[in-house]
This record gives sequence, C-alpha cells and structure tokens, in this order.
Amino acid sequence: MKIWVPMDSAAKALGSEEVVAAIRAEAAKRGVEAEIARNGSRGMIWLEPLVEVETPEGRMAFGPMTPEDVSALFEDGHEKALGLTEELDWMKRQTRLTFARCGIIDPFSLEQYEALGGLAGLRRALDMTGEQITDEVKLSGLRGRGGAGFPTGIKWDTVRMAHADRKYIVCNADEGDSGTFADRMIMEGDPFCLIEGMTIAGIGCGATKGFVYTRSEYPDAVAVMRRAIEIARAAGVLGPDVLGSGKAFELEVRVGAGAYVCGEETSLLNSLEGKRGVVRAKPPLPALEGAFGKPTVVNNVISLATVPVIFEKGAEFYANFGLGRSKGTIPLQIAGNVRHGGLFETAFGMKLGQIVEDLGGGTASGRAVKAVQVGGPLGAYLGTDQFDTPFGYEEFDGEGALIGHAGLVVFDDTADMLGMARFAMEFCAVESCGKCTPCRIGAVRGVETLDRIAAGDAEAVPLLTDLCETMKDGSLCALGGFTPYPVMSALRLFPEEFGAVREAAE
Amino acid sequence: MRHSKPTADEIQALIDGQMHLEGPLLPILHALQEAYDHVPEAALGMIAETLNLTKAEVHGVMSFYHDFRKAPAGRHVVKICRAEACQSMGANALSDAVLEKLGIGWGGTTPDGSVTVEAVYCLGLCACAPAAMVDDRLIARADAARLEKALEGAA
Repeated sequence: MKIWVPMDSAAKALGSEEVVAAIRAEAAKRGVEAEIARNGSRGMIWLEPLVEVETPEGRMAFGPMTPEDVSALFEDGHEKALGLTEELDWMKRQTRLTFARCGIIDPFSLEQYEALGGLAGLRRALDMTGEQITDEVKLSGLRGRGGAGFPTGIKWDTVRMAHADRKYIVCNADEGDSGTFADRMIMEGDPFCLIEGMTIAGIGCGATKGFVYTRSEYPDAVAVMRRAIEIARAAGVLGPDVLGSGKAFELEVRVGAGAYVCGEETSLLNSLEGKRGVVRAKPPLPALEGAFGKPTVVNNVISLATVPVIFEKGAEFYANFGLGRSKGTIPLQIAGNVRHGGLFETAFGMKLGQIVEDLGGGTASGRAVKAVQVGGPLGAYLGTDQFDTPFGYEEFDGEGALIGHAGLVVFDDTADMLGMARFAMEFCAVESCGKCTPCRIGAVRGVETLDRIAAGDAEAVPLLTDLCETMKDGSLCALGGFTPYPVMSALRLFPEEFGAVREAAE
Repeated sequence: MRHSKPTADEIQALIDGQMHLEGPLLPILHALQEAYDHVPEAALGMIAETLNLTKAEVHGVMSFYHDFRKAPAGRHVVKICRAEACQSMGANALSDAVLEKLGIGWGGTTPDGSVTVEAVYCLGLCACAPAAMVDDRLIARADAARLEKALEGAA
C-alpha cells in the first residue's frame, strides 16, 4: 500500500506530520506494509492535509485528514473519501502547465521529474543557439509573473547581447506579498522545474551562475531547494558540464532577512551583494549592470518555472493559451476569507467574480464578499461591481488595479476598509528602504492623515488624495509608488467609511 | 540554537566559513544569528575587518533587516502574521489576545524570558489563515488556544 502525504508547508501547518505519524502507527498495529511517499501540494489548501492512496485505478484522495481519520484508511468506505484526485472538479478545470507536476511527484525524485516531461525542455535548449533560445521565449509571449509583466524574452535578449566576463541569472523568490504562495508551492513541490528553467536561462544568456534569492520566512522552501540543487548537481544537471553539453551552470540559494522591499529587483541585488536592501535608480538596467555590476536576468520564480514547459512543448503551444497580450497561464492564488482557498492554474481571461464565487466558493465566514485585494499589499481593492473584469494585465490596469503575482485576498463585509488603508500606509512605513522621500516620509504622513480621517476630520480626505498622487508619481519603486493603489481604491469603493457621506450630509 | 557565550575565535570561524561566497555579508549575519540567536556586538568589528568595510557599514546592513537581533530573544519565539490575508481571517484579534495574555507588545519578551512575540508579514499560508509560527513550527488556522498548546509542546 503506497500512501502520499504532502510535505508542503501549508499541509504541514495543517497537521500533515501528525497524519504521517498516525499512518505509521496504524500500519504497524495492523501489520500492513505502508509505504509513505511525500509530494508537494495539489493546491486544494482547504482539503489539506490531502492524503492519496495509490490504487490500480489511480490515486484516491482523502481530506482534510486528521490523525483520527487514519485508521479508516485501511478499511472500506472512508467518510473523507473524495474519489480520484485527477477527477476532482478543481483539478479537471485547470490548465496545469507550470504546475503540471506539483503535488504529483516526490520533489526530490529526478526520475519521477523526468518521467513527467522534466528535462526535455533543457535538452532541447542545449541544441539551440542563445539567440534561438531567447527567440523561443519571446515567441511564447511570457511576461514577468512577479507583477510587472515585462516580456521575459526581451529581458533575456538584453543580457544575452551584453558583453561581460560574467553574467548572472537571479531568481526573485522573495515572495512577500500577502495572498501569494505560488513560488513557495513550486519550490517545495517541484524544485527541479525552477532549476531547469534557470539553467535554460543561463545557457540562453551566457550566464554560468544563478542565485535563488528567497525568504527567511520560507524555511521549508529553502531546505527543499538546497537539497534539490545538490541532487541536480550530483546527476550532472548542474555543474561544469550540464547534461554532457560542455556548458556550465551553477546555482546557489540565498536567504533574505525579513525585508519586504527586497522583492524589488534592484533592492534584491543590493541585498545579494551584502548591502542594505536599498532600491537603486534605473538606469542602469539590471540586465546591463545587475548583480556585482554584471549583466543579470532577474526573473520571478513562476516566470522561470514556466520556461521548461515552453521548451518542452514549444512556444506556440504556450502562446495559444490566454487573452490578448496576456498569453499562457497564470497560477491564481485564492486566499483570505474564502471557502475554497488554494492554487488554480488557468489561462488568462477568467472573470474575477468567477474566481471568487465559483472557484473560491465565496467567503469562509459565509458572509457577503465586500472586497477583493488583488496583487498583494500594493494591489487595489476591487468591489463586487468589478467582478466582470477578466483576469489579464491590461484588463486590470483598465480598472485602476493590477494583477501583481496573481494573489487574491477575499474580505467579507466585516472588513474595516479605513483600517486596511491605514495598514497599507503603516506597512509601507515599516518596510520603506528609506531612499526616496515620497515613500519614506509619505507613508508616515499617510498613517497620520488616515488617523485624522478616522477621528472624523473629513477635510483630511483631499490631503490624502494629494499625498497618494505624490507617492505614486514621485517614488522610486513600486513600494511607495503602488501603496496608493489599496488606499485610493478603498477610498473610492467605500467613501462612507472615510467620512465622505457624513461630510455631504452636513 | 546553542545560546553559548561567543568567543572571538568562534565568531571568526563563523565569518571565515562564509568567505568563499560572493557577497558574504548576509550569510555571515545569518550564521552568527543561528549560532547565538543574535548577532553579537563584538562581531561587527571583526566582520568589518574581514570584509574591509567600516563598522558603521556593517551596522547599517545589520540594522536594515528585521531578522537580525542585537540581543537574544526569549526561549521561544512566536511569530504572528499581520498581513492582509491573515487580517481577513481575524489575525488582529488573535494577536491582540496573545499579546494581552502575555502582557507584552510586538517585539516584546515576557519578564521570565520564556516567550518573544514578533510580527511577521506573510508566511505563505494565505489560503489557511491566520498563520503563525512557534519556533520552527508553522501553524495554520491559528487561534490563541492552538498557539498556547504549541508553546506548551515546545517547552
């Protein structure tokens, strides 16, 4: 009997290790041989810990499991039996390209990785020239999944054409946005996919060294990535002779130290170099002067982890999914006060309301949805009257919002929107790197101004609007520049909570 | 965590252990904090000397990052997520209850030195919020009772 139990940190936080211990004890008691295999998460977080039992028909799912539910696993008719995992509605409705293997394979098994298409992309890339590689990425239409949406192929091409004695591939795995966990899930569930994507980037751009810069808040992801890199090195996927091609590529994991702003690429590069994580002015672009002053590709985890499937199945295959200029798929992360939270990978274009109501099943509390914050702490709040907006870069921009890293945080009608706006400013003040004045000072003044509004001073509302404009136009990076998104959208959607209605009545 | 009293030789060995890396300062600070649960003041000058920086520069880097402590934390560290997804599921009420029960504020340590409570902004458990961490153990759908139980288990 083979039983799969996820080692994803969300599953662990919901008790998967206790379930593993219970399975071992129960198997021993019954004298049954039970092989426990570990996988990543399938992304149905509300069903975690999701245990799967291998049968001749396929993997049967059970969840959410507790230690008390374990003994019935060894008998017929479990009350938490969900049927075949692949046949679950949530799984069937997805287009899993980037997350094709996540939750299915043992994250440390290169053999299982290869059996499901892994390394095919890298093998193909090794037979291509650098220019053919960057052209393939351009043709796929892949845009930066960290939030900015910059075409990945163009960035790679800039680095490829730059002349330098050393170049770097830096993976931005500093996933600090609330509501996002796709990077963590892929690093914990399919680390070889990221390793392969970074290696293709290295071969294409002529870089021989890569860094995965991730967070100290993700100790499991750090440990999994480090071990997977060792395994890949021992198997010759990484090292001086990548898969016998004579080309070299090395990888190293670096851990941040709790600074949100280091998710901004230039701040990340400073941190990597051992400096304060202060934002750099651009130009020079990191593609020309990045890590240690050398040409550097800085890409998000999901951008890089999507590269293998593009090379395995071809750029056109990938580009055929999506909507307008938002090509391919996007791993939606549905979070917050939601019944069915988790990761759902689908082509761009799904409507916001469908994501929240249909996939997410509405709020966890059962109350009405008040607002959805999309794109992390710097993303706008959207109201239910914006639920027709299709999920795409340009479509959200048209709503004065952004998709960011595709995290959605649902709030029910008890949410205090003035409080959330204040929190956005407070967070910006705590996390500001201090380099530019609109962000460093503006965020502090923003908190004070919102406190005035909360105390009933409606005259402070125009001041807040003015301050947000200054921060938006004058900040050096997205931290100060985008903090106005949640603040102003909260004000726009719920003016009565900012005292505007009271003012009108007076 | 060893929590032993750092000696100059030990500190230097920890620094030297990271010197093969490009940009070794953050890995050095992490190594020291892992060994001593804080970055000892005595280490700053030694790091500066080794990396050919000023002590002020090293202090500047260390103080920029929330993770690095000047003094050891309590025997157990509770981190409670304050970010939006956790707030949508009642993280504010949770942290208020925990801090009030312990009689401390954010970043504070109980007088007996047993527990430090720190704010954290996102543990990546946003679909099973609110999230917390007791020492190295992640807790999803956290409530005050579960945190208390985890603390008892850790003691």
